[in-house]
Amino acid sequence: MELTLWTYEGPPHVGAMRIATSMDGVHYVLHAPQGDTYADLLFTMIERRGKRPPVTYTTFQARDLGGDTAALVKTSVADAVERFHPEALLVGESCTAELIQDQPGTLAQGMGIDLPIVNLELPAYSKKENWGAAETFYQLVRRLLKPQIPAPGTSRPAPPEGRRPRVNLLGPTALGFRCRDDVTEITRLLAEVGVDVHVVAPLGARPADLERLPLADANVCLYPEVARTTCDWLERQFGMPCIRTVPIGITATRDFLQELGSVLDISVEQALRPDHMASSDLWGEAKGGTGRPRSRLPWYSRSVDSTYLTGKRVFVFGDGSHALAAARISEQELGFELVGLGTYSRESAKAVRAYARSRGLAAVISDDYLAVERAITDAAPELVLGTQMERHIAKRLGIPCAVISTPIHVQDVPARYAPQMGWEGANVIFDSWVHPLMMGLEEHLIGMFREDFEFVDGHQSHLHSGGRQENGRQGSDSPDRASSDLPDDAPEADTTAPQWTAVGKAELDKVPFFVRGKVRRNTEAFARERGLRAIDDETLYEAKAHFGR
Amino acid sequence: MNPTPDAPPLGGCTDLPLLKERGQREVFCGLTSIVWLHRRMPDAFFLVVGSRTCAHLVQSAAGVMIFAEPRFGTAILGEKDLAGLADANEELDRVVEELLARRPEIRTLFLVGSCPSEVIKLDLGNAAERLSRRYLPQVRIVNYSGSGIETTFTQGEDNALACLVPLLPRRDDDSPNLLLVGTLADQVEDQFLRLFRKLGIDQVATFPPRRAANLPAIGPGSRILLSQPFLSTTAKALRDRGAQVITAPFPLGVEGSSAWVRAAGETFGIASARLEAALAVSRQRGQTALARYRPWLEGKRIFLMPDSQLELPLARFLHEECGMVLLEVGTPYLDRQMLQPELDRLPADTRLSEGQDVERQLDRLRASEPDLVLCGLGLANPLEAQGIATKWSIELVFSPIQGFDQAGDLAELFARPLQRRSRLTL
Repeated sequence: MELTLWTYEGPPHVGAMRIATSMDGVHYVLHAPQGDTYADLLFTMIERRGKRPPVTYTTFQARDLGGDTAALVKTSVADAVERFHPEALLVGESCTAELIQDQPGTLAQGMGIDLPIVNLELPAYSKKENWGAAETFYQLVRRLLKPQIPAPGTSRPAPPEGRRPRVNLLGPTALGFRCRDDVTEITRLLAEVGVDVHVVAPLGARPADLERLPLADANVCLYPEVARTTCDWLERQFGMPCIRTVPIGITATRDFLQELGSVLDISVEQALRPDHMASSDLWGEAKGGTGRPRSRLPWYSRSVDSTYLTGKRVFVFGDGSHALAAARISEQELGFELVGLGTYSRESAKAVRAYARSRGLAAVISDDYLAVERAITDAAPELVLGTQMERHIAKRLGIPCAVISTPIHVQDVPARYAPQMGWEGANVIFDSWVHPLMMGLEEHLIGMFREDFEFVDGHQSHLHSGGRQENGRQGSDSPDRASSDLPDDAPEADTTAPQWTAVGKAELDKVPFFVRGKVRRNTEAFARERGLRAIDDETLYEAKAHFGR
Repeated sequence: MNPTPDAPPLGGCTDLPLLKERGQREVFCGLTSIVWLHRRMPDAFFLVVGSRTCAHLVQSAAGVMIFAEPRFGTAILGEKDLAGLADANEELDRVVEELLARRPEIRTLFLVGSCPSEVIKLDLGNAAERLSRRYLPQVRIVNYSGSGIETTFTQGEDNALACLVPLLPRRDDDSPNLLLVGTLADQVEDQFLRLFRKLGIDQVATFPPRRAANLPAIGPGSRILLSQPFLSTTAKALRDRGAQVITAPFPLGVEGSSAWVRAAGETFGIASARLEAALAVSRQRGQTALARYRPWLEGKRIFLMPDSQLELPLARFLHEECGMVLLEVGTPYLDRQMLQPELDRLPADTRLSEGQDVERQLDRLRASEPDLVLCGLGLANPLEAQGIATKWSIELVFSPIQGFDQAGDLAELFARPLQRRSRLTL
């Protein structure tokens, strides 16, 4: 048993639903108790889809358990096939159905239905949503392409002369993070270097499209969490090369283009410069200049207004791909200091660990919300880049936060064009990550004058709210937390811990709120190292000189 | 609208055959009730014992709010628990200890049963007793089931309240007191309390209370007035403790609220003249507010999908006070005894359905060409995309809709989608 306040991923059958809902012509019969239809809302509300997900639930109740739940499965399969005429059928169980073991997939396969049927075995008590999506996509592709697998040793036929190279975009799904616009952006990026998109899957594909996958020259694994297994299989069975760089951020987009160029043997030199136009030509666009700047992030980040972003302490958490991309952007493209990195994707643990280690950090590989909360508290960052769950943590700790990865809620499926990938994705990222931070002038003034009646400590007047005072009001549910100025330390009582004197505490309060947590920790560590029992203003400044900033 | 309070009911579909359906049900499970119960009783915590699906459900429903301190969580069963490798009781004790250490201010902990915990027959009742012995008097630990196999949506509240009933202190005094049962918005509750005081009924308590620690006392003098139609189990448990349940329509709309208050007044022997005098101002105000929306709703055809058991009282209100035409009134579960006063007021040709086969029901819905559909969020956008106006039903559980001063707001909830359609030029 595992205490879970928030879960980063849903159960694996929700991953399977994401595949079914992303596609056309695929129906999913899910053996599940009454109530599990809540998952429809993820698609009709969070994604605002105007169609019901192609899912038929058996919705058994307690009274059915005494009877023949297997018959219920067969009726549901028969009804679904008759009503929806799918081109392929997925059959599987939710967690409760897994306990009663009706083998719905096997039952369906024995019904003499003339359709490709995929029997999904998704262990709900050990695996999660992304695994469920990856497994479902893989099993479906495998089922449909099995007849086409070439004999071992067969070499791939060369593409016909004169045809532009073409690739499959694999991985985008319903309920993925900004998949809709990423696909558009990457399609544009590919067009610029003369590459066509053959099949996008699962988003928007039909079973017949999956059968055409091997006709592309390469696969682009946009979302490894969903498509890695399938890309590996296509590489193994059909000898299809795979482009594996995830093009989130300027550097990554460049790397992606280079990888694409070498895999397809084409020149990408022209497309590699994101700022295409010189920064002084920023207005050239309007005058019909040489073309739009591919991305504004490089110039925005170099412009003097961004100087105050230097060394901002950032904590990054999300799925493996988005967390790694965010870490790289933070350090290399925005000049932040990475003070924490983690992921809930165990499959990416190795890569995330390696990256963190190279920065002298210990990665947080966990799906335990409380462990992430502890890590953020300890790192005392000035900005959290995370998921919907980190927004809860950031609210509790009073730290600015931006969302970079699923799980998400409705506000992260926006109406506007909002990719994360490619050149425009970098523009979106610049705006949305900098937005929650305090604007430069305000940051200076709050550091200088601390007795303003309107611009109080922690206030961010460019946001509608912000700051400690606001938090205090919201925190009526937890007055004990809100009234304490700083996040609580580890619960264990430490009798040797140095104590703040009144004058020391007063001096600490003069430190701008967003670095105060770090200053407090540094000063306490400094005092402990030197065996000091009391911390006064002198200790604080000695520690400051010792650590810098 | 029914102008005089004593006029006979408009119809009565007591004897009408009921369409009972089995098939795919597009409804929530009882765990969803946590989404509003945690706000009603902020000193309580709801710990679901279930799977990742359960955790995902609750956070999908409530996770759009940002919580500095979560008030609910899930003890997710792992393979070890299922294989019997870990003693489930020891595991639960460990999880509860971890939780209470993090949240020392919790006074009442609900262990909420789910489909997986019911299927593997984990005895949470026993666990609650054991844990209570350990943590009392600081924390009281109780248990109820919110599983989908046993409960639909609001039935979760029914079970949650029922599990508190044995803990209600005994009332020593046998004099009559009034207990309002069912979650109401704070503001609505205050309105009713003022009204009952005006009638001279001073001894009024509410259940659930605003703090889980302040449970009202109950005894043979207690008279129960249910403000929600989904409280069959709670009503029975209260009856078993000697209380008497007052039968009345539910306080939706001016007429429903009048009948509800009158039923209580009569039980307490309040003279009819005094009752009507006290109600007159409220009734007048409610009718004025309603009149604004009646033109939008009058003659419009509505189809109600099953969701919360509020459907019958809502249908009665929409028909009786807003002049809407009822195409079908679906409910997940029909407790005839409890809803008799509502059934008596529905028009004689009302098509009632209990349970659901969602595909067939949608076929009937499309064939009946409704002007408005009351349905869950899984169906609302898909129906809108087909050009059918919808009112999403969950909102009715989350909004102050009971009482005289909310009658206009209630009608507005149904008029709003129609008004919106007439505003948008897209």
